[in-house]
Amino acid sequence: MDKTTTLNNDVNLSAEEPEIDQNNKSHEDIKYYTASQWQLVWWRFRRHKLAMVGAGVLLIMVIFGAFADFIGPYSITTRDRSYIMGPPQMPLLSDQKGFSLRPFVHGIKTSRDPVTLRKIATVDPETRRYMQFFVTGSSYKLFGIFDMETHLFGLEQGRLHLFGTDELGRDIFSRTLHATGTSLSIGILGVLVAFVLALIIGGVAGYFGGKIDYLIQRITEIVRVIPVIPLYMGLAAAFPKEWSNMQVYFAMTLIFGLIGWPTLARRTRSHLLGQRGEDYVMAAELSGASAARIIGKHLLPSFTSYIIVDLVISFPYMILSETALSFIGLGLRPPSVSWGILLQDAQNIRAIEQAPWLFLPAAFVVIAVLAFTLLGDGLRDAADPYSVSNH
Amino acid sequence: MLRFILQRFFGLMVTMFFVSIMVFVIMELPPGDYADRYAFRKYSGTGVNVTQGDIENIRRDFGLHKPAWQRYGDWIGGIITKFDFGESFAFETSVNNVIGKRLWLTLAILFCTLVLTYLLAIPIAIYAAIRRHSIADYALTVFSYLGLALPNFLLALLLLYVSVTIFDSSVGGLFSPQYEKAAWSLAKLLDLLKHLVVPAIVLAWSATALQIQTVRATMLDELNKLSVTAARARGIPEWKVLLKYPTRLAINPVVSTIGFDVNRIFSELPIVALVLGLPELGELLIQSYLDLDMYVAGAILLMLTFFIVVMNFISDIALAFLDPRISLQEG
Repeated sequence: MDKTTTLNNDVNLSAEEPEIDQNNKSHEDIKYYTASQWQLVWWRFRRHKLAMVGAGVLLIMVIFGAFADFIGPYSITTRDRSYIMGPPQMPLLSDQKGFSLRPFVHGIKTSRDPVTLRKIATVDPETRRYMQFFVTGSSYKLFGIFDMETHLFGLEQGRLHLFGTDELGRDIFSRTLHATGTSLSIGILGVLVAFVLALIIGGVAGYFGGKIDYLIQRITEIVRVIPVIPLYMGLAAAFPKEWSNMQVYFAMTLIFGLIGWPTLARRTRSHLLGQRGEDYVMAAELSGASAARIIGKHLLPSFTSYIIVDLVISFPYMILSETALSFIGLGLRPPSVSWGILLQDAQNIRAIEQAPWLFLPAAFVVIAVLAFTLLGDGLRDAADPYSVSNH
Repeated sequence: MLRFILQRFFGLMVTMFFVSIMVFVIMELPPGDYADRYAFRKYSGTGVNVTQGDIENIRRDFGLHKPAWQRYGDWIGGIITKFDFGESFAFETSVNNVIGKRLWLTLAILFCTLVLTYLLAIPIAIYAAIRRHSIADYALTVFSYLGLALPNFLLALLLLYVSVTIFDSSVGGLFSPQYEKAAWSLAKLLDLLKHLVVPAIVLAWSATALQIQTVRATMLDELNKLSVTAARARGIPEWKVLLKYPTRLAINPVVSTIGFDVNRIFSELPIVALVLGLPELGELLIQSYLDLDMYVAGAILLMLTFFIVVMNFISDIALAFLDPRISLQEG
């Protein structure tokens, strides 16, 4: 059937269209028809400008998180006692004294308030502190392996706080970068745990059907009916107080995975139920393949792209849950940093009133979730490259 | 129909049974038990030397020495027969006393949020579907993306910030100071409603965003149906056509997801309540988790889930009435 149609096409083309045009067209067609599925997915995805933007933003965030020590000028505990609760400093290229090719910030003068005797930092427009790149600063271990002292940027004198400082004088920019790494990695690990569980449980339910399917469906329903964040909180409340932050970190990824699998499992199951009756499954069964092999080798690859979409879509929920848990003090605890922990400082209204820049980490949360949503939308469309489209 | 309702009711009971087991497991999870915490709380700092034997006695008093399944039986039995949720050790009174009024405030918030969500989402979505590809339609798409991306507690903080800096008034709490202790009156009710506006907006935000997308999509599907064209051809006025055919069907997905919306609202309620200082169940839930006051936490978790299950039940039945195409036998 296929052969005859292609043959007919060829005949038609050569009969009706000029030689050169036909070559061009068939060349493009051949490129399309011979492309692998993933190539098609990529071509389709590329057309979604917003999804591309989302992917780019996420890539930048991952880089921020991974190289937080290098990009952030200071460590998460470094305290700048001369600039406590200081507003963000914006690098300038010109001021009333004229234009400068090197970005600079104005110096800080500290004086004491005559009444309260508190230290106040005021901007001194007379002095300029020039920015330097690849400066030597505090030492750190990149990825926990390489000893390094170089930071992307810094000031020749004094300190630069792009996002301002908190009430202990710690640099919010550096802390936000580190938090980005923590929060994203919790999301990634949580999604991976959920993914593995969903594949196994959903795979079993969808392949065997019947009683096993019914039982798993009921369990899934019960897990889904309990409001998610109160459920997370309940599980997180059970963490012993003496646990280290590392243990809490892994325990959190585990519970996100344990609670997060039902949605994914449901999707896996319905895909499998749809595919189970196909001829290629029967062929595999007849050649004596085991159930595990049929699920893993034949069925799952048939909808890997859909699973990837589901993974991307479930990311924001993990990130938001982590932020929420840490925000109320049931998740990670200081001195670790995550988006939720940073936002704890912005929890009461007085803090926000005095220092609105404590809100800046929230922008990262919103941008990350938005980027994941856009990316997920683009991928959802690209996941099925064979659906009707004007290629 | 009656058979269908009974079937669903039976399903509700089964779900609640399993949920209660899960809640009980969560209550049992934290290290140490009620007796340890009770002894620690009561005697720490008093100089009294508490021995293991004393703790054992407390344990016996509360019946905590029994195996887990018996304790589960006692707990759930007390709830079903006497509506008794156990003791709160942090407040040193019964859980019922602690929860008391907060339950009604929680339900008031839930009700306001749901009403606001549907009042906003359905008309807006219908408008967006009719005026497809208009500027308003695109603006709504952007809005719904934002609604999903902005965590609710951040929105609450943002509204707090705006109200304090721009309007110079706080939106926290549920009552103005002068009504805090006053008896119920019309003025107090109005004051409560005024304070419920901000929490309702915050909680309705993402639910509205989601519902707009769903209703709009269904409307678009239904608008292309032949029934609509036929109705137009018969010369029925446009508003009547819209109301009678696509709108009626576009409401079905809303009805079928009420339970889902309640779930979402309850999921977000605790943190929003914490930020806005609302004295309701979610805020108490966080507090009791932090104090490991697990009887209170368990009672609240069970109640919240119970409302979700009941809403699911109601929405199933309402849908069966609204949409006769649904097969009642499917179970």
